[in-house]
Amino acid sequence: MSIDLDKPLETAAPDVRDRADVRRQVRLVVVFAVVAALLTFFLVDIDDFGIRYSLAERITKDDLPKDFDAHGLLLGCLVLVVVALGLAAANLVPRNGWALVLFVLVGVAFLAGFIIWNFTDQAGSGAGRVFFNPMPEAIRRSTPIILGALAGVLCERAGVINIAIEGQFIAGAFFASVASSLAYSAEAGLVGGVLAGVFIAALLGVFAMKYHVNQVVLGVVLVAFAGGLTSFFLSQIPDDPDVRKYLNAPLILDRIEIPGLSDIPVVGLTFFDQNVLVYLMYLSIIVVSFLLYQTRWGLRVRSVGEHPKAADTVGIKVTRVRWQAVLLGGVFAGLGGAYFTVGSNGTFDNGVTANYGFIALAAVIMGRWHPIGATAAALFFGFMLTLEVQLSTLGRVPSEFISAMPYLATVIAVAGFVGRVRPPAADGEPYVKS
Amino acid sequence: MSNPDEGGRGARPGDAEPTSETPEAPGPETAAVETVPPADSVADEEVKASLARADRTTSPLDLASYLPTLKVTFGAVLLALLIGAVLIALSDDRVIESLPYFFSYPWDFFSRSGDAIWSAYSSLVTGSVGSWGAISTTLERAAPLICAGLGVTLAFRAGLFNIGAQGQLLVGAMAAGYVGFTWDLPGGLHLLVAAVAGILGGALWGGIVGVLKARTGAHEVITTIMFNYLAASVVLYALGKDAFQRPGSDNPLSPPVDDSARFPQVFDVHVGVLLAFAAAVFVWWVLERSTLGFELRAVGANADASRTAGMNIAKVYTLAMVLAGGLAGLAAVSNILGRGDSISLGVGGSIGFDAITVALLGRATPLGTVLAGLLFGAMAVGGVAMEASGTPEELTDVLQALIVLFVAAPALVKGVLRFKEAGGGSTVMAKGWGS
Repeated sequence: MSIDLDKPLETAAPDVRDRADVRRQVRLVVVFAVVAALLTFFLVDIDDFGIRYSLAERITKDDLPKDFDAHGLLLGCLVLVVVALGLAAANLVPRNGWALVLFVLVGVAFLAGFIIWNFTDQAGSGAGRVFFNPMPEAIRRSTPIILGALAGVLCERAGVINIAIEGQFIAGAFFASVASSLAYSAEAGLVGGVLAGVFIAALLGVFAMKYHVNQVVLGVVLVAFAGGLTSFFLSQIPDDPDVRKYLNAPLILDRIEIPGLSDIPVVGLTFFDQNVLVYLMYLSIIVVSFLLYQTRWGLRVRSVGEHPKAADTVGIKVTRVRWQAVLLGGVFAGLGGAYFTVGSNGTFDNGVTANYGFIALAAVIMGRWHPIGATAAALFFGFMLTLEVQLSTLGRVPSEFISAMPYLATVIAVAGFVGRVRPPAADGEPYVKS
Repeated sequence: MSNPDEGGRGARPGDAEPTSETPEAPGPETAAVETVPPADSVADEEVKASLARADRTTSPLDLASYLPTLKVTFGAVLLALLIGAVLIALSDDRVIESLPYFFSYPWDFFSRSGDAIWSAYSSLVTGSVGSWGAISTTLERAAPLICAGLGVTLAFRAGLFNIGAQGQLLVGAMAAGYVGFTWDLPGGLHLLVAAVAGILGGALWGGIVGVLKARTGAHEVITTIMFNYLAASVVLYALGKDAFQRPGSDNPLSPPVDDSARFPQVFDVHVGVLLAFAAAVFVWWVLERSTLGFELRAVGANADASRTAGMNIAKVYTLAMVLAGGLAGLAAVSNILGRGDSISLGVGGSIGFDAITVALLGRATPLGTVLAGLLFGAMAVGGVAMEASGTPEELTDVLQALIVLFVAAPALVKGVLRFKEAGGGSTVMAKGWGS
């Protein structure tokens, strides 16, 4: 509308390019160049390219670690990144879905190079020097994050902000432990976790939809409430082992090998030799994606999250649909919470959820409020957290840097490639029928 | 419209005087506009309208506007205490013992419950404000909560949800502590340099988030969460180095700061407490009286309209996060240089997360944040005394959460306590995720 007089007129040169376009090119070139430089450094720095690896999670008689010469692989990674760098320099990086593929490839190449660099030149042959298949553990670690993120996606697509995922985790973890201990059954723990998750979701619903409480406030408060209440209850459980075993000594879910599928090499071990919570997680991803995008109910959920007034006009009961979405989300978040006690650690303790609920929240935003996107982001976290455990004993880089890696990677991913995201339009706005 | 990043301050008409739109002015939307105004002034009108809607209760001198809010707040505290009373009664062994014969001797149950509740709450009060010693402990406990809460408040008003006070505090503590125990400077100067270092440390950590948000649009909720973890890694790394460890020790714990870098005591309270109150006045001045504050609130109320009105959104986001981080750094300074805490991974305690609740309870206003910080400080200190009387300290966490919950739900409080008049309003801050 207005003419910018400050701009010099010379910019009308033959190749007029959008500023954003130039900035994108510069950013990509810089990032890819840094990655290429690091990979070159790895290549030069490594003396002995031999790596001991195992496709299993531990050394057994059948799965002895094998040796692998990583020189070719590292070189391949470098070539790939150099090609990407060339594309970026010539501004030929595509602007559609292929760009994402390219970014992911560069990321994977860097990670591979980094892992190789960490595991090479390791004197001695202890189990700590063997690169174990990280995928099974990654799946386990991402299970609660995925479940929490699915809860977040469901709530927020319906227009209710859910920052309380962490609160649902805490409550779910505690009551899963209590239920499992009382009933002497790990599966009962899942029921307890779900009930607790739904309870917090119900609080979220009441205060968000009946009393129109600011939902950001509400989420933070519910996290504090769940944390305070469970630590209060925990301090009420006496140390007497006779009492504890009925209240906070849960059974842990067994691993179940799915017959047939678990025999597939690598894949079977990764996906089909897990506990029932992990299988429920697979199911949840499918259910949420199907519900949101293939059913009439899902269309309603998304419509009340984008434009509740329009939805109301065509006869959709906005508040009812939101309630359904919030409560269903509570089921998933409660399951996610149960992971921290009956799914892995056993006994509940303060801080057992390790703020994973906030990571799930980040996964919701990184995944752009889409169940599959959120799952991918959560898997990324799970993988990085697993890698952290494997790399931290190896001494190439300080272990504190390794433990910062998942979060650093997230910041880079969000700042560099995800950028601005758009939440559902009516997210956080209470609907008042006029 | 031209490139939004390029829009300088100069593009706005010269009516930036923030005092000209006192928050109490009702319905500025109806400002009569005869001629068709240029686009910029339409945007200005929209900014002002948004501000007026968002700022209705922020005038610190207009006490009448606080009355409904105060009533609701007291009602909320009362409700929370009632629920807490039930929890106390149920957590008392002697009350539980009386339950089986409740129907034969109901009086036992009630008298024992009453005893338990009375002893818990009276020790909560006497432990926090019962003596000058208790009050000074409360003040010292409240000071970092107030500072960090002010940081969250300030960011909130710019529409930013700053979950990162914890990380900003850790980095601030590291900077202040390092200067405090390694450098050798004369008394007053040492204190000043250490305090400034702490504030700058926090400001840096917050500022990175602001720059990322401004330049790439990275959502501040994600980045602040991640920067909390990153700060923990940085501190752990530093504490693994000799420069940060106590001489002759391998523990991840720093030496305490030198005496020359400690806040002096005034009436048994370190001066850092006064700094917290000064910070509140500063934040109030920034928000209500400075041009930056006007822009900050405008961006928080309606970022798009502010951009159209010619404000530099990137600058506002960055500055807001720098200031917020600096305030969190001040919270660290209060603990490190005031109480003489050592740097450790737990130096922040849960201040960073409590700061969010403090800011929310204070409705994102400086005065409210101070009062909320004092309340939370008192509850934390009183909780220790309460624990001694037999009720777990964790109860105060539940009470705090309930108070904030009820304050945020005035309709519930009014319904339960049968308040008649309307008002007591909604919370003022960013509605959603922003963008």
